[in-house]
Amino acid sequence: MYLQLAWRNIWRNPRRTIVIMTAVVIGVWAMIFLGALMRGVSAQMVKNGIATLTGHIQIHQRGFRNDPVIENSMHEPEMVEALLAEYLPSDARWSPRVRVDAIANNARHSGGLTLVGIDPEREAGVSFIGQAVVKGEYLDAGDEYGIIVGQALVDKFETKLGRKLVFMSQDTERDIASRAFRIRGVFRAEMEATEKQYAFITKGAAQKMLKLGAGISEISILLADYEDAESVADNLKEVIPPDSYEVETWRELLPLVTAVLKMYDWFIYIWYLVIFIAMGFGIVNTILMAVFERIREFGLFRALGMKPLWIVKEVLTESFFLLTLGMIIGSGLGLLSIHALADTGIDLSALSEGLEFVGMSRVIYPVIIIRDIVVANLVVLVLGIAVSAYPAIKAARFTPVEAMART
Amino acid sequence: MNIVECRDVRKIYRQGKVEVYALRGVDLSIEEGGFLALAGPSGSGKTTLLNIIGGLDYADAGSISVNGNQIDRMNQTELANLRLHNIGFVFQAYNLIPVLSALENVEFVMLLQGVSPTERRSRATAILDDVGLDGLYHRRPAELSGGQQQRVAVARAIVSNPSIVLADEPTANLDSKSGEGLLEMMREMNEKKGVTFIFSTHDKMVMDFARRLVQIRDGLVAEDQVKE
Ligand SMILES: Nc1ncnc2c1ncn2[C@@H]1O[C@H](COP(=O)(O)OP(=O)(O)OP(=O)(O)O)[C@@H](O)[C@H]1O
Ligand SMILES: [Mg+2]
Repeated sequence: MYLQLAWRNIWRNPRRTIVIMTAVVIGVWAMIFLGALMRGVSAQMVKNGIATLTGHIQIHQRGFRNDPVIENSMHEPEMVEALLAEYLPSDARWSPRVRVDAIANNARHSGGLTLVGIDPEREAGVSFIGQAVVKGEYLDAGDEYGIIVGQALVDKFETKLGRKLVFMSQDTERDIASRAFRIRGVFRAEMEATEKQYAFITKGAAQKMLKLGAGISEISILLADYEDAESVADNLKEVIPPDSYEVETWRELLPLVTAVLKMYDWFIYIWYLVIFIAMGFGIVNTILMAVFERIREFGLFRALGMKPLWIVKEVLTESFFLLTLGMIIGSGLGLLSIHALADTGIDLSALSEGLEFVGMSRVIYPVIIIRDIVVANLVVLVLGIAVSAYPAIKAARFTPVEAMART
Repeated sequence: MNIVECRDVRKIYRQGKVEVYALRGVDLSIEEGGFLALAGPSGSGKTTLLNIIGGLDYADAGSISVNGNQIDRMNQTELANLRLHNIGFVFQAYNLIPVLSALENVEFVMLLQGVSPTERRSRATAILDDVGLDGLYHRRPAELSGGQQQRVAVARAIVSNPSIVLADEPTANLDSKSGEGLLEMMREMNEKKGVTFIFSTHDKMVMDFARRLVQIRDGLVAEDQVKE
């Protein structure tokens, strides 16, 4: 009956109840929906970062990450690969690479980029490049002079499929290594920067050009689920000699992305708070109004022997109902809107130039994180009840005599 | 035994610099099972006295005992408990909780007392039948006439067998026929259950019904008449 009393009281003034509930609904919706978009942006950033060339885990010769020169390559990758074959989960894939900074030249232009020597077949299972070639064709394993470059680079160098580019770098003997490659394919990437930054040749070609023998720069590993990166990396660290090799996860390899992800956590919670503050004033006002309309009734409660604490409880129960109803509807609408956008996403191409530097994509897809939804609802419920305490305490303070005097 | 003992009860309302002497030394003893009316001109202090006896307000001086409790020495919580268990109130109007049905209004006090739901239900229906409201259990106050509302209020006031029912002008908003019906019903409850009733009133009919009539004038007992 106690709950019935509160429930019926909130419907005494249905218009007011609907107004305040609408505010809660919109607030919760905005929290969940915009939160999901922000999560979508960050998930995309991680995905781009990982797909571009990072993978979930990478292994380098110790020292390479600090000073990525060719001398710091892995000289005996067979041994590491044997360990990977033994200790990685069976659904994990990995690919060895040679990676070196180089200068590209043609008759008109020159510019710096990263030359990546890949095992074409294995690389296709690990990074984006396997699916990214839009003109010409992908590399063959035995191709000694073929190269795949990005569309943006093609534009910048005013060249095209079938033309040559000359690359210069330093080899293991600190001599200038130089080699001409013919453009076999052109790739497109999520971000233009990627198209300008990387050019792909075969691993064999890179090893010959740099006099590297069987050496490679890194091994990139892709797992079935990126959440497993830490635990798998920990297992690998047990078996791969730590004084020669470094095993790192994407979180360590993409420090900028990791930092942005952390920042997003804060953004989202600050966003929740901002919305709540706007909503909170409405809640306090509405409940205060409802309380002042019922001074006589609270006086009657007191005259009947109801303790002030019960009155506080009664008012808080009313606001609990208001908040809970608003939260259920708001969360429902939030999930619906997210669901509606799950396939199409929101196209931000108009803004993408500016957003790209943080690794954002052109289209963002909202991502539902249960924890965010729980936190959003908790914020509304806990803070909502907290701010309702003010009108509730006011209601409990009316003495029967002064309440009854207001006829 | 006297259920209410007032000794030299004084109450002064201060509003800024103005002091209103609402009660100037009331001495009044009320016997258990009484059916008593406080009469007197407007502003004479009837409501003030009832409020003080009911523990809704504090006296400035004097001693008041209700059912053996020295209430001038009690704190708010003790007073709330006393009201909950020993005192029933019937006001002139707005007695009922608008969102609860007649039955629920009567049950509400027992809810506060912690009476079990089944007992609440059976006691509430029994008392509503007693006050002549069988069949109207599930009406909300707005769906009841003024007289019916006052009957619900009386039912609620007596359902938990209090020592006293304090009724401040209970018939003021009723036509004389409903007023009389209500008074008859209260007298019946008084005789049947032995509950003490104390009224304040301007209503001649209430004074006629009362077995004892106390006239208050200027915050003092001016006349005390026991009828037989
Ligand atoms: N809260 C208050 N503040 C100031 N003065 C008050 C207050 N309540 C009552 N008074 C004054 O105290 C005096 C007694 O008031 P009380 O309400 O007890 O009279 P009453 O006999 O019940 O009158 P009525 O028949 O009109 O109900 C009056 O002069 C009134 O103006
Ligand atoms: Mg009065």
